[in-house]
Amino acid sequence: MSLLGFCEWLDSTRWSTAIHESLWGYPLIEATHVWTLALFVGFAALLDLRLLGVALRGVPVSEVARRLLPWTRAGFVIMVATGVLLFYAIPVRSYQNVFFRLKIILLVLAGLNAFLFHAGIFKRVAAWDAQIPPPPRARFAGAASLVLWATIIFAGRMIAYNWFDCDRQPQPAWVNWAAGCVLEEPGG
Amino acid sequence: MNLLPFFEWCETTALGEMVRSSLWLFPVIEAFHLVGFAVLGGVVLLMDLRLLGLVMRTQPAAQVERDARPWLLGSLSVMVVSGVLLFLSEAVKCYYSFPFRVKIVSLFLAVIFTWTLHRKVASRDDRSIGPIRGRVVGLVSLVLWGLVAWGGRWIGFSG
Repeated sequence: MSLLGFCEWLDSTRWSTAIHESLWGYPLIEATHVWTLALFVGFAALLDLRLLGVALRGVPVSEVARRLLPWTRAGFVIMVATGVLLFYAIPVRSYQNVFFRLKIILLVLAGLNAFLFHAGIFKRVAAWDAQIPPPPRARFAGAASLVLWATIIFAGRMIAYNWFDCDRQPQPAWVNWAAGCVLEEPGG
Repeated sequence: MNLLPFFEWCETTALGEMVRSSLWLFPVIEAFHLVGFAVLGGVVLLMDLRLLGLVMRTQPAAQVERDARPWLLGSLSVMVVSGVLLFLSEAVKCYYSFPFRVKIVSLFLAVIFTWTLHRKVASRDDRSIGPIRGRVVGLVSLVLWGLVAWGGRWIGFSG
């Protein structure tokens, strides 16, 4: 089954329609997704700013990470859970949305950046825990994370707008390609 | 006092017209507003959860407060500037919006509270704050800022 076929199947399930058409369910899930930005991105940003050496300078990096990461992880779980539900409620349109696709790519990059940081320079944090400014690789990880999460918020917000939706034709060829639109044959 | 004429005037300002007539400006300003929210929300959570004794317990509340304050001011500035632009483009809708009224009143209270009592209590050393006092201040702050966030999200759902 293709991804599009899978999304169409999701769309046909009863709960997808129930969430999409609910008076309070969908807005509440969406609001929770947005509010959790404060916990998840907010705390991640504080750690990033510490890695850049511009916030919480008096607290060792390992201490900031140890204290904030459990909260960040909890925030991440809420983000993923509400995000999956939002996708599940409107699967086909989301799948064929350029901003949704961009967001997924950026999320993978943000995950990669976090993985490389934790598997790399953070393993030797004891050697630079209180150093201001922190080593270049730590600063790079912090800066990359800040830029990625800000762009992810941008892309996420834009999913709501239908400028490039497949049912709004004609679109430039690159938009239809990026969104994976299935177009009828000309004249067909 | 009837404020409706003032809100109507807000919509006719050059900035209001500019945001409203553009396809891209409103969404882009909204996105900046959201990025500001992530940082402001993070800072408020950090300061208040510290006062509640739930996070960064090994650091004095006064130090957490002092370190976080420039970021509080910075992110609040981003939110206010972007928020005013969004407001100018749809002031009359906001005038009739209950969530908008809740948001403005609680924002006013939250800012005053944060820069007076909250600051005074949090900048003392831990032992002189006392367990109850710090917790009450942290909780009141969370409720006030929480109402601001609730109103903000719900303006978009109404109408």
